[in-house]
Amino acid sequence: MSSPSSQSVKVPPSPSVEGAEGGTAGPGAEPARRPSAWRSRRYRWDTKFSPYAYVAPFFVFFVAFGLFPLLYTGWASLHQVELTAPTDMNWVGLRNFSRLMSDEFFWNALRNTVTIGILSTVPQLVIALGIAHLLHYKLRGSSFFRVAVLTPYATSVAAATLVFVLLFGRDYGMFNWALGMLGVDPVDWQNGTLTSQFAVSTIVIWRWTGYNALIYLAAMQAISPDLYESAELDGASRWQQFRHVTVPSLRPTILFTVVVSTIGATQLFGEPLLFSGSAGATGGSDHQFQTLGLYLYEQGWVNLHLGRASAIAWTMFLILVLIGLVNWLISRRLTKSEKGSRS
Amino acid sequence: MSTTAVRDEVRAPRDLKPERTRGVRKAGRQRHAGKLTYAILIVFTVGSLFPLVWTAIAASRNNTRLAQTPPPFWFGGNLFKNLEIAWTDANMGTALLNTAVVAGSVAAGTVLFSTFAGFAFAKLRFRFKNLLLLLVIGTMMVPPQLSVVPLYMMVAKLQWTDQLQSVILPTLVSAFGVFFMRQYLMEALPIELIEAARMDGASSIRVMWHIVFPAARPAMAVLGMLTFVMAWNDFFWPIIALTQNGSPTVQVALTGLGRGFIPDQSVIMAGALLGTLPLLIAFVLFGKQIVGGIMQGAVKG
Repeated sequence: MSSPSSQSVKVPPSPSVEGAEGGTAGPGAEPARRPSAWRSRRYRWDTKFSPYAYVAPFFVFFVAFGLFPLLYTGWASLHQVELTAPTDMNWVGLRNFSRLMSDEFFWNALRNTVTIGILSTVPQLVIALGIAHLLHYKLRGSSFFRVAVLTPYATSVAAATLVFVLLFGRDYGMFNWALGMLGVDPVDWQNGTLTSQFAVSTIVIWRWTGYNALIYLAAMQAISPDLYESAELDGASRWQQFRHVTVPSLRPTILFTVVVSTIGATQLFGEPLLFSGSAGATGGSDHQFQTLGLYLYEQGWVNLHLGRASAIAWTMFLILVLIGLVNWLISRRLTKSEKGSRS
Repeated sequence: MSTTAVRDEVRAPRDLKPERTRGVRKAGRQRHAGKLTYAILIVFTVGSLFPLVWTAIAASRNNTRLAQTPPPFWFGGNLFKNLEIAWTDANMGTALLNTAVVAGSVAAGTVLFSTFAGFAFAKLRFRFKNLLLLLVIGTMMVPPQLSVVPLYMMVAKLQWTDQLQSVILPTLVSAFGVFFMRQYLMEALPIELIEAARMDGASSIRVMWHIVFPAARPAMAVLGMLTFVMAWNDFFWPIIALTQNGSPTVQVALTGLGRGFIPDQSVIMAGALLGTLPLLIAFVLFGKQIVGGIMQGAVKG
């Protein structure tokens, strides 16, 4: 263990270290050298072990509250566990999973999660890209705009959802009132399947578009101006520049935001929970906007089946791994085709 | 050397502003925004701010007025009355205090531990470093819901339900934070500085205190703010671990308002306003820094 670490932290030979080295080599040397020998040993121990001491707190907490629970979820998913007695676990094998597969509410929740995920992620990222493009112009009050588009990010899920419940209200909501001005009949946002999913997606879009716009903006600022210069020399219009310079340069960032938003969409929970008002964790009277996260909560903390909740959690995990894999494949193909087209 | 000096020096290669304007003039790229750009941005800004403003408007009315069309567009006179009701009914005083404690400890813990670990990953060499770093990055993407059942079992067994440590401890460290600090310190901290200090016989704690912390300060501030916002708004785990009538955070208390037997919408809005206000004030004060932090993190990540 000693050689790589002690060598790697390059300690240039300083007088005190050298003297100390001599002290350890000859133990019978003058006693005056002893303290410095001790100091040098302490010094070496310090360089050798301090890295571990620095990462230790993180990993202690991480193992206790991150890794262990994650693995234990898998273990718990093979048991019947009641919320009222979480320590009583009865082995049931894969029964929680097979139940899940034949549970129409699971498939409903999965479907809803996918639909709401698409409804919220796609417009959010497209709008964010557009806004980032506009923010990239030379603007008066640019920092005002940047802070303003980020304020929804500071609003909690709970506060945002409570407001949107009112705005989407069927009888007195602002949106229906505005639609009424345009001559459209009031929409029962909460009780329709698509309308409620649209409404829930709106909350997500509202909270995250500005945040993503800033991320795109940062990436845009890192694009070399030379690229635009040569595009301009080639007579590319603004739109063509955006299409052929900006978007390709942003590809890694776009992929990153897609991954992050997809993960966010998979765990969507607070918005559908609070959007149903007093209906609780069902995600609407007809489960029309119940997501997987909400379904997990309902199974575990309303129906008291922690084992089944764990099975849902692990299924979500597998879905995420699958999404990650697909993403990885796509990004690999993209980079490959890019290389191909360049050569 | 003052912090700003360090920051400027440190960020110089990354800070794209001067570079950009120069390159732009050359390339004729960074055009001034046209009227249409302003128009769209203003519409978007209004859309971003409107729900918050309307929260305040609704909070200043009463329930009867909110059940009429057209909806109110201007403030009424009931704001303080509603705030008071929300304050007492939803346990808001306790909730705000609890949330401040939780978000404060989580932010402090995350910043401290992330700086130590991020420094080790950025500048020190030790066994299993790459493996451990891979583990950190790999867990950045794992959603908290996956571990919520065992966490609940732990909390129940330790009888921590409704105690703040049940929400503080599980989020006290963050993989994102470690990665963020590592990325920053990789560039911000010249290895020569550490070596020179080492040569003078400085212990690693002294190096940490006198060299790493000063260099990391800007990133620590950003990470602290981002973590604070996240912890303040955290929802899923707190509503499992805490109860509305015991020791709630603001978010937990708000669910009580929304679902309880007080159907008074203006009071609900007053509660939402109370829970959001501290962060909004922080945004007015530090908005620029938070924006800078998010953008900086984006380029690095």
